[in-house]
Amino acid sequence: MLTVASSVLLLLGTFLAMLAGIGVMRLHDVFARLHAATKPSSLGILLVCSGAALTVVEVTAITQLIAVVFLQFFTAPVGAHLVGRAAYASGLLGSRTIIDEGEEIRKGTEGFGPN
Amino acid sequence: MNLVASVCFIFLSVGSIFTLIRLVVGPSLADRVMAADLLLTFLVMGIAVQAARTGDGLYLAVMVVVALVGFLGTSIVARLIERRGA
Repeated sequence: MLTVASSVLLLLGTFLAMLAGIGVMRLHDVFARLHAATKPSSLGILLVCSGAALTVVEVTAITQLIAVVFLQFFTAPVGAHLVGRAAYASGLLGSRTIIDEGEEIRKGTEGFGPN
Repeated sequence: MNLVASVCFIFLSVGSIFTLIRLVVGPSLADRVMAADLLLTFLVMGIAVQAARTGDGLYLAVMVVVALVGFLGTSIVARLIERRGA
């Protein structure tokens, strides 16, 4: 029973990873690719680590798995946001973008960002 | 569990190949940073699947280190892109 639950979680997480790889390959814009790439780094890691924690029954292993999940949940969105902001600041917006809400900010202030 | 782990590794390999193609051809530096970050995520997932397959958590410390170093590298290169342009 525990093995079945663990297997389902592992398969779901890695399938999400494969979908992210396909999305990163096929989408048209840096931001669309970021949208595809940041899903498995939080949800996929959560699913795979839950599946591993159901199988490996040691206290140290489960502690490390929980630590990885917490670290990823705090750092992965921040990293993706940094990459997206850097890409936007250097004008990588694709031609298929419909709404650009930061246009005035980008044209008004020179070199937005922490510099 | 062995069959499930093999299927998981196949999924991860297919995703990694697509991400590697994006890492090579990606027109801007931001694409490459994102692809490298995704590859590190796949590495973390692979270590977790391997731990579930063998049943011992020998390499799980590597997983924590990879997760931390991946964030460090991504944020540093993102700052580099903001300073220098893609």
